[in-house]
Amino acid sequence: MTLTEQQNARRARMGLLARSSARQLVELWVKLGEEPEHSLLRGPETGSITLRGRMGGGGAPFNLGEATVTRAAVGLADGTVGHAMVLGRDLEKARIAALVDALCQDERELERIEGGLLTPLRVAEADCERVRREQTAATKVDFFTVVRGED
Amino acid sequence: MYVAVKGGEKAIDNAHRLLADRRRGDRSVPALTLEQISEQLALSVDRVMGEGSLYDRRLAALAIKQSRGDLIEAIFLIRAFRTTLPRFGYSLPVDTGTMLLERRISACFKDLPGGQLLGPTFDYTHRLLDPDLAGDGPVDEGVRGDADTGAAPRVTDLLARGSLIEDDGESDPEHQPGDLTRNPVEFPMERDTRLQALARGDEGFLLALGYSTQRGYARSHPFVGEIRIGEVDVEIEIPELGFSVPAGRVQVTECQLVNQFKGSASVPPQFTRGYGLVFGQAERKAMSMALCDRALRAGEYGEDVVAPAQDEEFVISHCDNVQATGFVEHLKLPHYVDFQAELDLIRRMRASHGGAPVKTDDGQEAAE
Repeated sequence: MTLTEQQNARRARMGLLARSSARQLVELWVKLGEEPEHSLLRGPETGSITLRGRMGGGGAPFNLGEATVTRAAVGLADGTVGHAMVLGRDLEKARIAALVDALCQDERELERIEGGLLTPLRVAEADCERVRREQTAATKVDFFTVVRGED
Repeated sequence: MYVAVKGGEKAIDNAHRLLADRRRGDRSVPALTLEQISEQLALSVDRVMGEGSLYDRRLAALAIKQSRGDLIEAIFLIRAFRTTLPRFGYSLPVDTGTMLLERRISACFKDLPGGQLLGPTFDYTHRLLDPDLAGDGPVDEGVRGDADTGAAPRVTDLLARGSLIEDDGESDPEHQPGDLTRNPVEFPMERDTRLQALARGDEGFLLALGYSTQRGYARSHPFVGEIRIGEVDVEIEIPELGFSVPAGRVQVTECQLVNQFKGSASVPPQFTRGYGLVFGQAERKAMSMALCDRALRAGEYGEDVVAPAQDEEFVISHCDNVQATGFVEHLKLPHYVDFQAELDLIRRMRASHGGAPVKTDDGQEAAE
């Protein structure tokens, strides 16, 4: 399925929110000012999702095991709906993620939230990932071939 | 058989209170926090998540604390908890090829795209106890290297290009993967259901069976094509949106075994394969799973089933440690009536054997 540019951006945003640390998300959210008027359409509620893998890595799917997941759907006063589906059991994180998802569908709000919330989350994630990658890279094995008198 | 017995409530209450007391231990020692367990006993947490079949680090840490570090008891607690959760469905299959790698090694190829990344491994340690760890001295951070190691495709995908190895095993897209948490177990099983059972199976049991295949009970001569550990994205479909969204990442360990050949008159010989995928950092478990997966594929390759590790019903029926511990430990429950019946039987047998004279019911009290 090919998604529109907007759908892709929304997907990426929801992923960023889901991977963020709940503490940082709440902190940034509070700094953004008062919450908009909204109603909870669903949840936030915690349940389980069965994670799938593929046999051989790329073959037919199989059920690997479950994970806790929390979902929420919120409706803004103008009828815009936001969704969240985040691993773990943090209800507040899911609720905020759904609110952010709803707000970001408005261009002006998106700009405000991009600067105040999404960018800092993106930077934090990139920093964290870079450290992980670099630490792993330092354990890369450099094999050398023992010289046998030939070039 | 055991029967309901009355009484003992007070003793049970007091026993549980005593358990709580012993769990806490010496009150002058600070209590463990879940963060400490999650951070510093991370591999115990991984095992509990894997065999408890529920990915949630904090819950696993709580279970370890509650079980006083008895991991099978902790796994039991997690399995019990997961039954209380409403089910939201299935994720899309995770893609281990795009994993954020923490470790990646191959015993087949020295030089491979993306390189060999040792990561945080016990390999090459001398297994000497470190007295410094008895204290709380400062610990250096990991060294940083150049992270631009390039793409690291799965080794089996590299081999597959020349058809030297069998492919990953496609199935009918209409086929729904079996789910043994929803449907009763039936034999023979499809490989997908078997992999689910192995993924939550007991590490010790699978390790022993995997070891048995190496020692000659269903010899299949494996090489580690690749082991990779790292985080994969979990994507979940949101029906209202009509597309899937990333819901976060989980850490998994994947093991690709490459085994000796299978061919036929029409197909030239190819390497065969075993596959392991487990939650968390659990290399021994993933390897054991892959050894057992390969052994259990005997039927697919027309191999004779001669060893325990190849016997699907034997392996799958006994690999679940919660089921196993339930049945073994139930022997502790009152079997007074059963045992009375057996006592009675053996007395009668002995009487008809012309042995000791029959004594009457000196065990009567126990039956009540």
